[in-house]
Amino acid sequence: MGQFTPTPHDPDARGHFGPWGGRFVPEALIAAVDELAAEYDKARIDPEFVGEFKRLLKDFAGRPSLLTEAPKFAEHAGTRVFLKREDLNHTGSHKINNVLGQALLTKRMGKKRVIAETGAGQHGVATATACALLGLDCVVYMGEVDTERQGLNVARMRLLGAEVIPVKSGSRTLKDAINEALRDWVTNVDETHYLLGTAAGPHPFPLLVRDFHRIIGIEAREQILEKAGRLPDAVVACVGGGSNAIGIFHGFIDDQDVRLVGIEPGGAGVETGSHGATLTAGSPGSLHGAMSYVMQDEDGQITEAHSISAGLDYPGVGPEHSHLKDIGRAEYFPVTDAEAMDAFALLSRTEGIIPAIESSHALAGALKLGPSLGPDGLLVVNLSGRGDKDMDTAVKYFGLGDGGQA
Amino acid sequence: MSLVSDVFAAAKAESRAALVGYLPAGFPTVSGSQDYLRSMVEAGCDLIEVGLPYSDPVMDGPTIQAAAEQALSAGFRVRDVFDVVSSVAEAGGRAVVMTYWNPVLKYGVDAFARDLAAAGGLGLITPDLVPDEADDWMAASEAHGLDRVFLVAPSSTEDRIDMTARASSGFLYATAVMGVTGARDVVSSQAPELVARVRAHSSIPVGVGLGVKSGAQAAEIAGFADGVIVGSAFVSAANEGDAAVRALAADLAKGVRSAAAIV
Repeated sequence: MGQFTPTPHDPDARGHFGPWGGRFVPEALIAAVDELAAEYDKARIDPEFVGEFKRLLKDFAGRPSLLTEAPKFAEHAGTRVFLKREDLNHTGSHKINNVLGQALLTKRMGKKRVIAETGAGQHGVATATACALLGLDCVVYMGEVDTERQGLNVARMRLLGAEVIPVKSGSRTLKDAINEALRDWVTNVDETHYLLGTAAGPHPFPLLVRDFHRIIGIEAREQILEKAGRLPDAVVACVGGGSNAIGIFHGFIDDQDVRLVGIEPGGAGVETGSHGATLTAGSPGSLHGAMSYVMQDEDGQITEAHSISAGLDYPGVGPEHSHLKDIGRAEYFPVTDAEAMDAFALLSRTEGIIPAIESSHALAGALKLGPSLGPDGLLVVNLSGRGDKDMDTAVKYFGLGDGGQA
Repeated sequence: MSLVSDVFAAAKAESRAALVGYLPAGFPTVSGSQDYLRSMVEAGCDLIEVGLPYSDPVMDGPTIQAAAEQALSAGFRVRDVFDVVSSVAEAGGRAVVMTYWNPVLKYGVDAFARDLAAAGGLGLITPDLVPDEADDWMAASEAHGLDRVFLVAPSSTEDRIDMTARASSGFLYATAVMGVTGARDVVSSQAPELVARVRAHSSIPVGVGLGVKSGAQAAEIAGFADGVIVGSAFVSAANEGDAAVRALAADLAKGVRSAAAIV
């Protein structure tokens, strides 16, 4: 099956996955999302577009990414573990798949300016990279709190020619960066494409972001069959907005015996209220253009998410995940900041791979899930990004600057 | 004819546009907003838009964002909006509520409609709910006799203008510019064209909002629209105090009556 082949899991024409998704946006943006949907419908079946996208994935992003067995890490999980190495992509995470696709769509639509939001900075860096490659103007909105904890990525984006605007409103994190990007978009929509970084937002974003990331699951399925001779018992991925997870899940979604497991940011613990585990502890609502699970108070005010990982610090989630949870095809559970940081250190030490803190949530999930599968079990973990960007956080968390040891 | 339609019909009978004034409930406090809204009614607002403060107001510029944040940190609760609506009605004003959709979803669409109607509210303006997603609201508004004010924008296609006008009642909210709320120095050149496009599809009254802050701008808009909607400027005036709110309302009320002199 090709990456852009329609699936039985696609949303309806108005973007609904069951009761989820849709378009909860100002009328002023409807023309733009309609234009985007129409352009994507043409592009996905246009051999020239698909060919150019595949060429960039191969020659620029470095795909296919490896599938690496992690035997020493696996001793701690009690089951066999393979890592899908999205950390090895150019710019250091899965995000490059989506931005290359959307940047090509931007050019097809004749638009010259791209805006994006970013949390950890991975999507911002990827977007700035694609814009540099394809000659597009780039503005990235980033919560002020995140610009402070991810200063290196701010510098990378600026080096790549992007303008980075710190967002000072609301909680000054990812959700407010999205609000500000939406305000820019509604003002400058004629010449601007909003290059949304996750499989959320109004239709067609959840569909097209997913499709651009389906390559992860397509490769992983072929690779695990080749290396292990069978399908895994479960595929594990972290879920903030949910783009890396939906991308790898789709490679296995019709393999009913493969469990799809999303790991949410449990922060200080879901019971403390200080977390970002939207699917575990949220309730239905509309945020940033789609109906999905959201974190909100009893008045429907969106509450702030908390996670040690800036990239998972989001009180919403892509609508297809809400659908997969409801129909029982995927399962979601949280791990805490501490569990994620333990896994971060463990993979670094045992396998010589420093994972992103986002991806460390998936690794922590694998450590929890592994014992129930036993030594004959088989897990594929999506290692969605590398941890270089997280060194400041790690230095503080483990006291590495003071001779501390993780 | 709804009570909101009556407001526009009465203004039209006087050969003028209706003045629609916005202020968030709970800004700066619940009782403070009730006082300011009474002043706006007394000083000449024909229709009041009571804003419902929301954590993620993507259609709003810095002025209304800050007002919403202030209201929320002062402890505003969604149920307070009904008290504010009641006080507008008691002051002899007519009120609709302008709200992002999630607080209504969380409250329950039918329950919100029921409680709004009971408080004397006349309808809802829904900046992030398009008719395509509004099945529950269509049913609830019918059940409780409320008006549905949807928005059109310069980017709306002819089909969407037609569809949105059909789904609306009371009036249709035309956003004068592509952008968010906030006072601007000049009236958008896109506004007259958008109103004319609506007229080609529907006889529903058209209110124009986004960016209006002075009597002179109100007069200009009154030359081509049925209503002039003012929001951020009232928030800024409220920051200065009651006298500023009354002075702004009076200036705008004069403006909506001066269209003939301008055109």
